[in-house]
Amino acid sequence: MAKRYETPRLSRRTLLGLGIGAVAAPALTACGGVSTSGADGGSGTVNFMSTQFTPVEERQRFEKILADKVTAAKVAYNPVEPSIFASTIQSQVDAKKVQVSIAGGLHGDLAPHGSRLTDLDDLIGDLGDRGFASDLTELAKLGGSTTKYIPWMQATYVVAVNKKALQWLPSGADVQKLTYDQFLSWMVAGRRANGNKPIFGFPAGPKGLYHRFFQGFLLPSFTGGQITTFRSAEAVTGWQYMKELWAQAAPASTNYDNMQEPLQRGEVLVAWDHVARLVNAPGDKPDDWVMVPAPSGPKGLGYMLVVAGLGIPQGAPETDRAKEVIKALTSADVQAEVLKQNAFFPVTSADLPSDLPGAVGLEATAVRGQQGAQNAIASLPPVGLGAKEGEVTQIFKNCFKEICLDGKPIQQVLDRQAGQLNTIFEELKVACWRPDPTGTPCRVA
Amino acid sequence: MSRRAWVQVACVAITLFMGVPLYLIALAALSSRESLNRFPLPLLPTDPSVETLRTFLDTTGIVPGFVNSLTVGIGTVLLSLLIGVPGGYAVARYAFRGRGPYQMFLLLTRALPIVVLSVPLARIFLNAGLYDTTYAVTLLHTALALPTTVLITAAIFVGVSREQEEAAMVFGASPMKAFLRIVVPQALPGIAAAAMFTFVLSWNEVLGATILTLNQRTLPAQVLTTLSDSPLAYRFAGGFALVLPAVVFIAIMRRYLLNMWGTTLR
Amino acid sequence: MARTGRRTPPAAVLLIAPSLIFMTALFMWPLVVGVGQALVGPDGPTTAYLRRMLDDPYFWTAARNTLLLIVVLIPLQFAFAIAMALLLRERPRFAGFHFYIWVIPLAISDLAAGLVWLSVFTDRGYLNSALDMIGIDGYAWLSYQNPVTMFIAVVLAELWRATSLVFVIVVAGMQGIPKDYDEAAEVFGATYWQRVRHVILPQLRPSLQVALILRTILALETFAVAQALTGRNLPLLVGETYQWYSVQLNPNVSAAIALVILAVSMLAAAGYLRLMRDQTETR
Repeated sequence: MAKRYETPRLSRRTLLGLGIGAVAAPALTACGGVSTSGADGGSGTVNFMSTQFTPVEERQRFEKILADKVTAAKVAYNPVEPSIFASTIQSQVDAKKVQVSIAGGLHGDLAPHGSRLTDLDDLIGDLGDRGFASDLTELAKLGGSTTKYIPWMQATYVVAVNKKALQWLPSGADVQKLTYDQFLSWMVAGRRANGNKPIFGFPAGPKGLYHRFFQGFLLPSFTGGQITTFRSAEAVTGWQYMKELWAQAAPASTNYDNMQEPLQRGEVLVAWDHVARLVNAPGDKPDDWVMVPAPSGPKGLGYMLVVAGLGIPQGAPETDRAKEVIKALTSADVQAEVLKQNAFFPVTSADLPSDLPGAVGLEATAVRGQQGAQNAIASLPPVGLGAKEGEVTQIFKNCFKEICLDGKPIQQVLDRQAGQLNTIFEELKVACWRPDPTGTPCRVA
Repeated sequence: MSRRAWVQVACVAITLFMGVPLYLIALAALSSRESLNRFPLPLLPTDPSVETLRTFLDTTGIVPGFVNSLTVGIGTVLLSLLIGVPGGYAVARYAFRGRGPYQMFLLLTRALPIVVLSVPLARIFLNAGLYDTTYAVTLLHTALALPTTVLITAAIFVGVSREQEEAAMVFGASPMKAFLRIVVPQALPGIAAAAMFTFVLSWNEVLGATILTLNQRTLPAQVLTTLSDSPLAYRFAGGFALVLPAVVFIAIMRRYLLNMWGTTLR
Repeated sequence: MARTGRRTPPAAVLLIAPSLIFMTALFMWPLVVGVGQALVGPDGPTTAYLRRMLDDPYFWTAARNTLLLIVVLIPLQFAFAIAMALLLRERPRFAGFHFYIWVIPLAISDLAAGLVWLSVFTDRGYLNSALDMIGIDGYAWLSYQNPVTMFIAVVLAELWRATSLVFVIVVAGMQGIPKDYDEAAEVFGATYWQRVRHVILPQLRPSLQVALILRTILALETFAVAQALTGRNLPLLVGETYQWYSVQLNPNVSAAIALVILAVSMLAAAGYLRLMRDQTETR
């Protein structure tokens, strides 16, 4: 079977190339790699793993703050996704080979790892002058008796408004003190005047934080609670409202992970989201924008707090330096800098700086208005749910999918999802958290 | 139209389908943030800017990440060929019992979403003292690439003339020599294809590299996870910057892939 | 090639030993632990996680979408890849350039591919921009209200991203086909299609089967493109695995879904391998 083509040969040059490659590769890896975190991870360096400041610019700004203001140690900052955060802490602590010295994350990121974090009672004692709110220090105990993390930053959610949309505000409505009904008529009027194109956007994408709207804003405002009132008649009214509001939202909302981009592009004019996910919306034109508190419902103005904390994994290296870094991060100076640069608010009692840059200044006004409102109903992150928080949250997302996207009957959906919730709570037997009545075992009535 | 003309038209049409998205990603990566917010989007580079690309390249650890990725990628290609090519040869040449199960076993690792293995995998490397080294990532990527290497080279070895190999041995070549001199050159396209897949897989793999390293990250582990939360303009810039090295690698391997078609395809 | 195999078996064992040992050392324990999560709870073996998986409103939609995508995508992809390889065999002008462009999508990670196609199909994306310039109103291609265009967008994007893999395997395989066969058939008056059908495709069988196995398994494993384009409006099984693992933080249910994917992949691979064995024996 003669073949037409010549049998090719490996040329000498090819072989030489392969040979060089074969020798070069292991030579390059001789030290197991090159450091990518700006620190060699050797002794004296504090490995700081965090779920916060992952976007490229925020990360660069935070790294600069660490380099400029945190002098106690060289810090290697490693922002990761929450799931990587969880599996890294779990595998390192369980294998007793810990390399992470500081674990920074949201309350919900840290809560599943209570037993893997060092007690920090001594450290929080040293930080008495910081003036942490008692709500926060209580949260930091993760339902136990000892402090598991030090409060780091806080945030909440507000509404960003392009001033173009103000012209359609219903008469007599104050944009700083809207009710949910006024908000809906506003969105309806805006859509009508805008050539039937919705002006309202909602972060319902796969990484969007829309579930927090139901948990901390809509339901507390309509029912006064989150879990206990989950399938009450008021909750049905609330979800009915959500269905009507959703009909006014841009359909592309199911693809929005954060609202600052569609707002900046002008795809939508009004949106609710996390302050850190709205801060870039005004861009270089803060004068064209206002940021306002969330609307109020029949029971009040429900809003949710986001709390981030700093923990030290058990068996971590360089714990003394890590504690110094935590002290520096909670100093008034660094807290103010983080607010200015990355729009996360201080957890300390120090006054907000007066020279806030445009968008952050707008947000600070809205946040103050929200927290100081007469009828405010604050929701705290859940305590004691641990790793189950993700599933509880998913139930709220499922309600949205079934009620607003699939158009299923509201009461039936709520009844079935309430069953799922109660299954989880029966397993956990935890107490309710605000805004539900605290102290009693939590379950859907 | 003549048949040849139809062939030309079809080739151009496919090249457009394959090429236009490549053009768009380059266009978006080289646009300013403002121009990406406009509507309608400009389809021609009217307002080129390297601002986002530059910010992206300023991220901490880009250069070390690049070096790590390159060592992991090359190491993975070499290791997986070293381990995988004999396997592929065995599958093609010997009807041994357990050939089917062997292939299935290799495929197991690709058939299970490795996210559910995050914690046990990290623990293996922690216990072996390899955690946070490029060795760990190389080993994992080799395991992920082995099924491709074995199966593709096997499919090619089946087509390589066995008579020539046996003839060489009749004339006194050792089996190893016959394999290297006769079989490997003929199987070069398949080996090149396998090497290409392996390198690209390793170059783009995020999850494994993220769970196994902390300070010695590969480029995608260093930037891709954080990129997904970044503004759109940076995502384009990062996506574009990550594609370039892989494109160069493909350009190199292309020559071996088209080995046997002689000189007309260059 | 009538006498396939039956040399001394130890040679084969020797050849596969490195890969076997390597894979066992690296993956055996993680596999057992990982899969075990799906079936064993804190109080011993349980089916609770499997039941929870089946109760989830997303599971059956995801299963249906995954199946639909594979059934639509893979035949399209193979037809496309084979056509591309045959076109190249005709040695068109600029063949080297065409070939290079056709292979580049291989280098593009699924994350980047999702990003590119999102920029095409999104409401204010390149497609609607182009339509706008010629005076046609845009269309919400990716809206959850338009599941058909949403699905087509995902198919197109996957066709773009992953056809190169099949194409490269087919091209590599096609070079092993001696030109003589083809030319002999032509001399005997076979038409082009007859030659493709009876000469080229049979010779490509080993490559096609490998491509089928790999492509099916990889198709079951990728979801980044679908997620980028549709969010969770077009859930896929593997996306649900990641969702349960990283958002709901429930590795057990996640492992249960992974197990389903594993089972489907293994069934498909076993099916294709059976085809391959039939072929070797009839040679």
